[in-house]
Order: sequence, then C-alpha cells, then structure tokens
Amino acid sequence: MKYLANIVSLELFPEKCVGCGLCVEVCPHAVFQIKDKKAVIRDRDQCMECGACVQNCAFGALKVDKGVGCAAALINGMITGGEPSCDCSGQGSTGNCC
Amino acid sequence: MPVVSTRISRAEYWEHVRCRISGFRHSYTVKPGLYAAGRPDERSEVLVTANYKLSFDSLRKELGGLDVWILVLDTKGINVWCAAGKGTFGSDELINRLGAAQVGSVVAHKRLILPQLGGPGVSSQKVRQTTGFSVSFGPVRAGDIHEYIKAGCKATPEMRRVHFPLVDRLVLTPMELNPAFKMYPWFALLTLLFFGLQPQGIIFRDALAGGLPFLLLGVIAIISGAFLTPALLPFIPFRAFAVKGWIAGIISVSLAMQMTALHGHMDALLLAFSYIFFPLASSYIGLQFTGSTTFTGMTGVKKELGIGIPLYLFFSAVSVILLIVYKLGQWGVL
Ligand code: SF4
Ligand code: SF4
Repeated sequence: MKYLANIVSLELFPEKCVGCGLCVEVCPHAVFQIKDKKAVIRDRDQCMECGACVQNCAFGALKVDKGVGCAAALINGMITGGEPSCDCSGQGSTGNCC
Repeated sequence: MPVVSTRISRAEYWEHVRCRISGFRHSYTVKPGLYAAGRPDERSEVLVTANYKLSFDSLRKELGGLDVWILVLDTKGINVWCAAGKGTFGSDELINRLGAAQVGSVVAHKRLILPQLGGPGVSSQKVRQTTGFSVSFGPVRAGDIHEYIKAGCKATPEMRRVHFPLVDRLVLTPMELNPAFKMYPWFALLTLLFFGLQPQGIIFRDALAGGLPFLLLGVIAIISGAFLTPALLPFIPFRAFAVKGWIAGIISVSLAMQMTALHGHMDALLLAFSYIFFPLASSYIGLQFTGSTTFTGMTGVKKELGIGIPLYLFFSAVSVILLIVYKLGQWGVL
C-alpha cells in the first residue's frame, strides 16, 4: 500500500553521506538502499516521514519534515492553534490513534 | 529482579481485548525498569521496550526458550511506535533508564536491542556516546526476535518491513467505530427533531416516520467510513483516504437506498441531501484512519486536509440548505 505520490518531504544529500547504512537499518519501509557505498532513495513514495533515518544519520545527510500522519492530530492542532496532538496520551482521552 | 513469564494468561488476554476497544488502554502499564525472561546472565542480550503493557506482553510472549533481559522505558503507557514519534521512547529516557536500572552492572557487554519502530525516537549515536552501549535495531515484529538473535542480531530485510495486513487493520477498527458512534446520539437527536418539527410543535409520529431512514443511513455512513474503508483499504481505488472513504460511502448509501426501496418515495431534496451528506461523513471518518496506519506521512495528510476541509464545510452547508428548503416547502412557506 502506498500513500499519495510525489509528496514526501524526504531529502538526501549524497555529498554528506558516508554509506554507513544505518538509514537502511532503521527505515521501516525500505526507502533506502546502498549503491556504490552511498545511500540512494529506492522508493520515496513509501516514506511515512517518521524521522527514524534522520535521527540516526550521524552525518546530516538526510532531512525530512517529521510528523504524525494522523488527520485527528492535525485537525486538533489547527483548532487549538498548537502542535498537532493526537491526544493518545493522557487519561481518559478519546484519541483514536495508536 | 522481577522475572516475567512468557505466557499470556486468560485474564491478560481479556485485558488485551479491552485495550483494543476502549479507553482501558490508557491505564494499562508496567513499571519501568529491568526484567528477566528465562534465566539470563551477564552475557544475555538486553531487549528494550515501552511500558504500555500490550507492547510489553507482545514482546514477552515471544521469548519462550530465550534467556534475555527486558529493559522497560517509561513511555507513559504509550506503545513503542507512537512514543518514539513523540520522543518519550527516546535517547534521553533510554540513557536515564540504563543508569537507574544499573544495566551496566548487570550485564558484562555493551549491547542493546531496540525494536525497530523505536528508531524515530532514539539516536544510536547519542546513546553510544553517552553510555557506551551500542544500539542495534531489531525486527519490527516481536515474533522475529528468536530468529534475529539466533542469526547473531542480524535482521533480514523482510524483518525490517512494516506491513499492514487485514488482521492488523481489523483490530484497529473498534477504535474507529467507537468515537464515530459516540457522535451518533447527537445526530439521531437532531434528525428526529428535524422531522418531528411541525408548525404545531413536535410531532412524534412524523419524527419517526421521516427520521428512520436517515438514522439507518447514519449508521451506514459510520460503518462505511470506520469499518469498510479500513478493511478494504488496498482494494478501494485511489490513494487519498478521504476519496477512499467517499467511494465506500457512496456505494454503501446507494446499495442501502436500492435495497430499502427508499429511492422511490423519498423527496428529491432529501434524496440529494442523502447522496451528498452521508458519503461525505464516510469520507471524513475514513480520513481519520490515517492516524492508525503505518504508511501515511504528515505532508500527505496535510494535503488531504487542505483540500478536504473546505469541501467538507462547503458540502455540509449545501446539505443544511437542502434540508431548510425541504422543511420550508413542507410547511408551505415556499
Ligand atoms: S545513515 Fe546517513 S550517512 Fe549513513 S548511509 Fe544513510 S544517509 Fe548515508
Ligand atoms: S522518515 Fe521514516 S519512512 Fe521515511 S525514509 Fe526515513 S525512516 Fe524511512
């Protein structure tokens, strides 16, 4: 299953990549592969913007607009004018995610 | 050191069901700290997990025959995946918990195995630099832990892939249906009021006769958005969830209309209202499922909302106008 095409905010800066392969290890959607000792994006539409790759790339070679892909959270954020919050935490909440 | 069983008891099984269908999940926690499964020693691997008991249980039930340590982080009772997104399953908590539970003096090595879905919260580099422990990201599914450890802590590409099969989608639907049905009494009340309202006052018989088909269509819209859309997700065309929800809605509403022969005797205005409003509701409810999936990114959902919300508002307004015109016609004002 794939989500909307050509919309993902993922960016890879090949000049910074040292090919350590950690992004391949952490990505749950197999977005990357290592080719000629560099990471390349294999299938960008698969990216769900979870940020695991950015968090673990020690060389600053990756960038993504990390966030929850959750309509309820984003609507919550719009209404309260604050951060998107899915309200999963906290007692007695009715948040329906996670 | 608390030793945990790798069996799930019958009582726990029911607790798990309650987590899936109600707010019970919000208080289903384990105490953070170090636990033993089997008879681990100083050479045994350390598996890290969240203190949501459902996460903890789904890990420990796969550990039969293994001797390992389980380090439970304080994620405020949230599962690994969501907690990593929020940062509570994160580098700082891991670093603190390693110290508090004195993991360094329990094991003689410097290795940690994290669930792969903890990746968004934990920077392996930061943990190594601060504590000396090196982080390996294990498989996505706890069921692969045995094989992963046997292979010398190596995950196959397949172990790293998140899937979203029918069963996984279905267990999530109660929490989609639940909030939608919470709104239903309000919808029902408004519907009955609308149809009951006559110049002479509120007529109960009119409320029921006019309102019943709409109460039924309301249920259908909810089921279509909160159950059919998630269940049939890969089979409904188009990638946008709002569109999927709408398609499921329009088909369900049409079928219901045919089967109940409502087509024939419904006022044209009400017919138009039904075909506009109920698929719209299904679309909106379907869109909420983006929060439960494992593949929708924020930029995409924002785009759906950017286009969707103005349309939802516009067509809701159209629906209300249709109803008003109908009512005024019925009263002979127009
Ligand atoms: S983690 Fe960063 S440096 Fe390592 S392969 Fe991926 S992009 Fe390159
Ligand atoms: S943000 Fe997540 S899904 Fe996207 S490439 Fe990075 S690790 Fe993979």
